Order: sequence, then structure tokens, then C-alpha cells
Amino acid sequence: MDFATFLIQLLNAVQYGLLLFLIAGGLTLILGIMGIINLAHGSFYMVGAYLAWSLSMHLGSLWLAIPAGIVLSVILGLLLEWLLIRRLYRLGHLQQVLLTYGLILIVEELRSIIWGDDVHGVPMPELLSASIPLTDTLAYPVYRLWISAVCVVFALLLYVLIQRTRLGMMIRAGASNREMVQSLGIDIDLLYRFVFALGVALAALAGMIAAPVSSVFPAMGNQVLIVCFAVVVIGGIGSVKGALVGALLIGLVDTFGKVTELPIGGLRFLPELAGMSVYLLMAVVLLWRPAGLFGKSS
Amino acid sequence: MQDNQNIEERKMQNRKRRELLIGASALAGASLLSPIARAQSAKLRVGLMLPYTGTYAQLGAAIENGFRLALDQSGGKFGGREVEFFKVDDESEPSKATDNANRLITRDKVDVLVGSVHSGVAIGMLKVAKESGTLMLIPNAGADAATGALCTPNVFRTSFSNWQPVHPLGKVMVDRGHKKAVFITWKYAAGEESLASFKEGYAAAGATVVKELFVPFPNVEFQALLTEIAAIKPDAVACFFAGGGAVKFVKDYAAAGLKDKVPLYGSGFLTEGVLSAQGDAAEGLVTTLHYADSLDNPRNKAFRAAYGKAYKTEPDVYSMQGYDTGLLLAQALGKVKGDIGNQKAVIAAMEGALIDSPRGQWKMSKAHNPIQDIYLRRVEKGDNKVIGVAWKALEDPARGCRM
Repeated sequence: MDFATFLIQLLNAVQYGLLLFLIAGGLTLILGIMGIINLAHGSFYMVGAYLAWSLSMHLGSLWLAIPAGIVLSVILGLLLEWLLIRRLYRLGHLQQVLLTYGLILIVEELRSIIWGDDVHGVPMPELLSASIPLTDTLAYPVYRLWISAVCVVFALLLYVLIQRTRLGMMIRAGASNREMVQSLGIDIDLLYRFVFALGVALAALAGMIAAPVSSVFPAMGNQVLIVCFAVVVIGGIGSVKGALVGALLIGLVDTFGKVTELPIGGLRFLPELAGMSVYLLMAVVLLWRPAGLFGKSS
Repeated sequence: MQDNQNIEERKMQNRKRRELLIGASALAGASLLSPIARAQSAKLRVGLMLPYTGTYAQLGAAIENGFRLALDQSGGKFGGREVEFFKVDDESEPSKATDNANRLITRDKVDVLVGSVHSGVAIGMLKVAKESGTLMLIPNAGADAATGALCTPNVFRTSFSNWQPVHPLGKVMVDRGHKKAVFITWKYAAGEESLASFKEGYAAAGATVVKELFVPFPNVEFQALLTEIAAIKPDAVACFFAGGGAVKFVKDYAAAGLKDKVPLYGSGFLTEGVLSAQGDAAEGLVTTLHYADSLDNPRNKAFRAAYGKAYKTEPDVYSMQGYDTGLLLAQALGKVKGDIGNQKAVIAAMEGALIDSPRGQWKMSKAHNPIQDIYLRRVEKGDNKVIGVAWKALEDPARGCRM
């Protein structure tokens, strides 16, 4: 692989990793702070994509669709938490898995009823539809650079929120000791509702901005969900910094795993193993750090 | 005291034994009655095992719509018998295929099993149908083995084998001066079989595949491999993708600026049912397939009009395959006057059937796969226009079939 191609692959890896981070960030918040295993997280990603498609059709452009979509997904998150999720706090992980798995099935059916089963494309906004030529054969779409920029902005916003605001302090305290926070007079229920809505909104936002490049089709959330759990496990549950590092690592392993060939004893290892590479990484990290890279070992 | 207890226990035992005997004889009586009852109802039990959820949901719906259209056009009856449908969602999950097929065959006792879309699922179904001897019709899944190494007298296919649609593509590309190509696809049965067939056809035309690129199925992150293709700089790229993956691949290919530098070809699934989603990125794409929406024959025109009227949507190759499955069943059952129990006659009828299909007329090969024309198509203004016949009456070689 020549140096130019290597750099471009690095760019591909970072772009994929950043998008993964946006989705997994919400998942790790919900899991770390609320203790809820949310299997339906991939479904929220899919809902975001479908919202982008139908809203951009009705409102005329993706620029209008994204803010509208964010508002709708925050409302969806608040509703879901109030109706379903808050019953899970006192229950064990098995009940959480069962309920959120059921949620996946319900969301799939609702999606099929509301939007149908067809595959759809979302047109890129005119402003971002150009491609920057990098070599004489390859050009890099500006839109993908914009996706990465949005992910970086939201990563910074999350950092500021969690580490530098009062709200963030309450969230972090609530993760450590729910009862104590409650006895200090802070409404923990409202806090958890906000965190869940934030997680849903992040996943939906990722679906919305990725929709023009990923296209919109049934069950598109399933693959993403599995990889996101890998991100969360590698990074450490509850750690947003860990989610960022984990996502970037997975982006690198997935991208280079597909194109690198390691001749070992006459066998070509990758990319035959590309499908497994992410999980191999997870296994290696867990063997070294059982709580994940930045997880709290209890 | 003891005696009283013993008497009570014995009374309980007797009661239980009596209840068991009554229950058992009731059950035996009921199971004796049900075959008698079924023969008298005379409804044909058709089991549909298709993906109703997941990435292939659109295809499952199209196939069922096509099948039902053929039934309607046959007066709502096959061989004079009304049809009762039993549907199972196979979720495109090969691991559940055996259980799902068994549910239709053993619990619902279907007379004919129709399915599936995913090749892995179809092979699982085929193994169950082979054991139970149930008649099975494959309306899409292209696994070569289904009419190859695993061919079975009671299994027929009305769609294509993975070998067929892509085989003529090699010669097409060589005729256009592309002698060094990269082939990219998903790493699963359909992708690998397409690659093998393409390599065969391409080598026969005097050219070589310089690199074979695989994406784990159903992964749709293509950026890394597109960068790789750009680095290799081949004359052209041939591929096999379908559904949502096809949309993403074509759009990613165009966005990476490769479309104008390295021409993209593929089997027709790349542009089937997904053209509106692909938009401008698909303009000019040349593909080969056993069907095209724009086929200019009276049968296709009538089919498209009737389908549009019934379902308010455009039919595609999957709808056409479902339609042909219905046509085949109608023809065969018509010949045996609805007696699907006489399997030898049904099989003979199907083997000799001439299907007047929207794709053109076709017959079954010895291995129970269609012998059909493969058309050359190019995307013009959001439509697959037929620009020629890439191969006339192409028959799958049915390697390993012993029938």
C-alpha cells in the first residue's frame, strides 16, 4: 500500500470511527449512567435515517429536516423513558434486554407500517455534494468530511456538558449514587429522562446525517447496534472518552482489516477475517483490561 | 385408617386412568377424522416462506404480489382448486430455515412450499423438502447447488441460478475493451458463486480478474475497498450487490469519483428495484439480467399493466419471478386436474411446461432451472433500457446434479 493510499484509508477509518462514536456515545451514557442495556439503540439510528428521508421530502431540504428530526427524537426519547424505560431501573439486566429487544421488534413493525419496506436514497444537500480529488482516480466526498466535523462538534459539546456544567455534575453523581442524589433534593427521575432522551437524540442524529451516504433500508440498525456494543465494551461502560477511543480503534481495525493482507505461512489472513476483526479486537482488549480501556473496575 | 387411604388412592388412580383413556381415544378419533375432513375441503395448501422483515422485505412482498396476481388471473384457482395460504417470515436467517420449513410442512401440512429469497435459507428449506418429499418451488434464491449438487426431483426453480445472470458479463466487458477487472461482492454464497461464474466467462473471453475483493455480509462499509480499487487502477469493476447494499455501493462509487474513471458493471441486481434511491449515481450503468422492466414484448406490457392496477406500484424482477411461480403451478395443476397428490404427474407436467413469461418464453432444464435469455441493459433516465441480448437460451451447467 503506498503512502497516499495509506493516508486515505486512515481518513476512511477516522470518518467511520467518528460516526460510530456519535451513536455509541448515547449508548454508553444510557448504560453507564442509568444502568440500562438498551438493545433498541440501533433502532433509533434507523428511525433517524427514516426521519431524514421523509422530513427532507416534506420540508424540501436536509438542512430543515435535521433540526426537526432532532426535536422529534428528543420527544420520542422522553416519551419512551416515561412510558417504558423507567420501569426498568429496579429490574435486572435480563428484563432490560427482554423489554428493549421487544422494542426493536415494535419499532421495526411501526417503521414498516408508517414508511413501508422499500429502500430509499436521501439526496445530499447541494452545498456539500462535491468531491475533492485526492489522487488521479479517487475523490473524497465533501459530505463525509462534514459528517466527521459534526461528530467532532458533538463530541466537544458532550464533553462540555458532562464535565463542565452543573447538569453534567448531577448526571455523573447520579451514576455513582442514585439514592444520595435523590436525598439531596435533585429530581433523579427527570435527570434520567433527560439522559435517555439525549442518548436517543444522538443515535437519531447519527442516522440523519449518515442517511445520504448510507441510504435508508429496513433493519439498517442491526449491524450498527452490534458494533456499537463492541465500542462500548472496548471503551469501558459509561465512559464517553472510552467510547471515542473505542470507536476510533474499531474504525481503524475495520478499515485496515478489509484491505491488509498478512501472508503468514502461505495463508492470507486478512481480509478473509475482516468480519471477525472487530470482535478479535474486543477479545484482546478485554483480556488486557476486563473493564474496558477507561471503564471503572469495581 | 390405612385401608381408607388405600381405597382413596386407588379411586384416584382409576379416575386418572379413565381420563387418560378417554383423552387418548378422543385424540385418536380426531386424528382419524382430520385427513377425511381435509380431502373433502379440497383447498390447495400453499406455504409461503419469504422475508417479510429485514433487508429483503421489499423482495418478499414483491414475490408474493406476483404470485397472487398469477392466481387471480387463473380465476383464483389452481387446477380447479382454491388456495389457502400459510405464511412464515424467514427473516433471511439460514439458522432458522429448517425450523420454519418444518413448521409449514409438519404443522401446517402444506401441499407445496414456495421460498425463499436468501440462498442460505433456500438450501435449508431444500434439505427439509428433500426429506419430506414435499413439492418445493424457489421463486428467487439463486444458490447454484439447489439445481446443481443438491438437485431433487420435487424441487423446481423459477428464477435463476447465481451462475446465470453474471456469466455473459465477462464477454460484454471484453467487447468494450476491459481486459483487466476487479470483482467486488459480499462474502456469502450468492457473491462467491457470482464471482466464480464471472471468472469463467471472463477467462473464456480472454481476460483476467486482477483482484477479488470481498466485503463481509451484510456489511455495507465500502470506503476502504473503494480506496483500494482506486489504488489498483483496473480497466473496469464488476460486482454483485443487491438491495440496500446496492444503493450504497453505487452512490459511494460515484461519490468517490470512480464512476467516470473506472467503469462499473454488474449483474442486474445492482439496479433492480433501487434505481429511484440511487438517482443520478446509477446513470449509464450497464448490467446483465434475465429480465428488464422495459422489455418490449406484449406479455411484459400486459403483466406490468395488471400488476400496476392491482398493487399501485411498479413490478420488478422479483415480482415477475413470483408471477412465473404462480404460472408454473397453474399450468402443472391444470394438467393433473388439481391432484397434487399425484406427484409424479405434477413433476412431469412441470418438467415439460412452457412458461409464457414477461421475460420471454422459457422451459425447465433437466435440473429444474429455467433456460432463459440474459438481456443487456443500461440505465437511461432512471430506467433499465434493454440494449441487446447478452446470451440467448443460457442453461445453467448444473454441476454435480445426478437426476
